[in-house]
Amino acid sequence: MDVVAKAWTWLATGSHWAGPDGVWHRLGQHLFLTFVCLAISCAVALPIAVALGHIGKGGALAVNISNAGRAVPTFAVLVLLLLSPLGTHGQWPTIIALVLFAIPPLLTNAYVGVSEADREVVEAARGMGMTGGQLIRRVELPLAFPLIMTGVRTAAVQVVATATLAALPGGGGLGRIITAGFRLTDTPQVVAGAVLVASLALVVEGVFVTLGLVLDPMRRRTGRRSTAARRPPADQAPASPALTT
Amino acid sequence: MADGNCLISNEWICGEYVRTRGQELTDATLEHVWITLASVAIGLLVAFPLALLARRWRPVAGPVLGLTTILYTVPSLAMFSLLLPVFGVSAAVVITGLVLYSLTILVRNIMAGLASVPEEAREAARGMGYGPLRLLFGVELPLALPALMAGLRITTVSTVSLTTVGAIIGYGGLGNLIYEGMRSFFKAEVLTASVLCVALAVVADLLLLGLQRLLTPWARKSRKGTT
Repeated sequence: MDVVAKAWTWLATGSHWAGPDGVWHRLGQHLFLTFVCLAISCAVALPIAVALGHIGKGGALAVNISNAGRAVPTFAVLVLLLLSPLGTHGQWPTIIALVLFAIPPLLTNAYVGVSEADREVVEAARGMGMTGGQLIRRVELPLAFPLIMTGVRTAAVQVVATATLAALPGGGGLGRIITAGFRLTDTPQVVAGAVLVASLALVVEGVFVTLGLVLDPMRRRTGRRSTAARRPPADQAPASPALTT
Repeated sequence: MADGNCLISNEWICGEYVRTRGQELTDATLEHVWITLASVAIGLLVAFPLALLARRWRPVAGPVLGLTTILYTVPSLAMFSLLLPVFGVSAAVVITGLVLYSLTILVRNIMAGLASVPEEAREAARGMGYGPLRLLFGVELPLALPALMAGLRITTVSTVSLTTVGAIIGYGGLGNLIYEGMRSFFKAEVLTASVLCVALAVVADLLLLGLQRLLTPWARKSRKGTT
């Protein structure tokens, strides 16, 4: 295919990687946005989800927020925020949109992880006289870790995808290479940009899968084989967990 | 203030806009609906044999699930851009992208649904002389319906919302209006199209929920019986 060869040539051209419109600068913007927004949304969503999961209330809220997040188009929110009074404040509309769409997977997964931590273990810990705080730190969080990490991974991929869309209303990031390609009707550049964006998303997914496996506190304690057997099946669920109601 | 002024003062909510551009809104909504319907229908048609295949030959299951998960990771803007050279500027780009996304959840949920069919039900059907096809469509599929419909609802809702991104090549239904409104800073156009889009997702979800209730009357009865 001609376009594939041309896209490859585009990627192999050094001048496309340098400068303020170059790949390195756009990649830097993309990673910066992803990191900042993921950090903000974790700081907002995880404490709430863990607290709600600990007391076992608010399950309907967690599920409904995740459903609402699916129904509201990311693109619409990005544009609405741009046209709102916030639109004049540089990157803030993008950051707010990214945080809004990262929160649902974080909230839902962390809530399910903590509220469905093995009840017998939790009861035993309570019987040993652990306080609420100790229970969360030493029992519920380690048990919920795989699901919390699934939420973080989903949120990270979501942020990468949304940050790409933010290029449409004029935000920074790798999406700009695609939108610039469309404006120039330069299909090879569009394809090259898309390859970069897709690779970034896959790398981010891979990094978080690895992080989840390496950092899992239960793995260090009980060895590899037993965690593999005890890992909840939800861990293998797709990016957006399929709900069977 | 007269309604005509809201177009000039560029207000978020503008009745005059809805009145004067009714045709444009209807066209965009219809395009949105048919793109969504086509994507979900083709998605189902592809996902069903894939799920059957993955169930029949275990070695196929891993790659099928892995591949659909990888497809799901690709951001929508990149997905449509990658399909652009294959189909050129046409609705096929958007529909193919949306079909690929829908496979992730549909294949998984159809497989989960089929796996949840009790072995006794299968045995009983076989004992009654059901062939493999009749077993699949007469016994297994109806019992797998709740999981299938749950997957279908999730897929439909996210397809409605992802269709908007198709605006990048001019086939985004209501997304086209959002895109146009973004370029001309036309607040009423953006808000009206966004609200219609969310409404479309909610209506589709409710319709599917109703369909599920109709198709699985036993689920309702048993719930009433047990509580």
